[in-house]
Amino acid sequence: MRVIKIEGTDDTPQVTLDANPENPFMEISGRSLPEDVVAFYDPILEWLDEYAENPLEKTVLNIKLEYFNTASSKLLLDILLKLEDMHEAGHDVLVRWHYPDDDEDMEEAGEEYEDIVEVPFEQVSYSID
Amino acid sequence: MAENPQIKEKLKFAFDFYNIMQKNDVTFAYEGEITHEITKAFSSLAESHIALTNESNAVQKRVFHIMVESLQNISKHSAERKNPESVVNGQGIFMITKTDKEYNITTGNVVFNENIPALEEHIKKINSGNKQTLKNLYKEKIKFGKLSYKGGAGLGFIDMVRKTGERLIYTFFKLNDKKSYFVLTSTIFRTK
Repeated sequence: MRVIKIEGTDDTPQVTLDANPENPFMEISGRSLPEDVVAFYDPILEWLDEYAENPLEKTVLNIKLEYFNTASSKLLLDILLKLEDMHEAGHDVLVRWHYPDDDEDMEEAGEEYEDIVEVPFEQVSYSID
Repeated sequence: MAENPQIKEKLKFAFDFYNIMQKNDVTFAYEGEITHEITKAFSSLAESHIALTNESNAVQKRVFHIMVESLQNISKHSAERKNPESVVNGQGIFMITKTDKEYNITTGNVVFNENIPALEEHIKKINSGNKQTLKNLYKEKIKFGKLSYKGGAGLGFIDMVRKTGERLIYTFFKLNDKKSYFVLTSTIFRTK
């Protein structure tokens, strides 16, 4: 399957979607306040649709955002809902939600997504310094 | 020295403007079109500026967060825009005031009078909520709400109140039968 690799900018996150069975890695990190959220996230959602047809034995998505605006929060939910579908179809799925250890708001945002979607979640705190 | 009385008037205005800003603790003020580039530029400017102070990370992040949502509100919802076809780049005022206790982020933009009742109802609902009801409202909106054609999630005000823990203070100044000027302020306490 093709690999998506998008470099991060000051308003769009860095995205890696690599389902290579040898060394798979899926991560969205950085900041998200794109001018056009739909245009930015559409290719990611399409990739996930394609991936869901024949996913790996275990799917791990890392979300390590330092900031996202409310418009992006809606699209992040759309991504998580795709993982929920995979989980409900019986696949092994895990979301690793990374947040800076001093950022309660980001920690809470992860907990809320965990409440909203039926997907196994793992909260991972990291230190910035 | 300026001789032309009109020019003199302008110089006087600049000085008056300075005094008014000082008196009202205004550290930043802008009036005009809010594009995506401006939203990014103002937010990163404030971000790097506050990073130099001893403000806590939480306060820094909240100021950044409220700024972005406020600027995007003007951009998407102002009834005044240079290009009437555009769904973004609305015009408005954007202002930051800072005192020992708090930051205030204030926006002002033109709205159509016919949209005021719905807007007011939306804000009142959010302002009357507590931590738990706002959390529920947020979850409900993010789950069942649709992204508007302008790319808005309808979550901005809810998020602003949740992040600051403070109600939105707002008022409408009537311009004419069709339009009013909507002013809104969000408070971020520096000690929280």
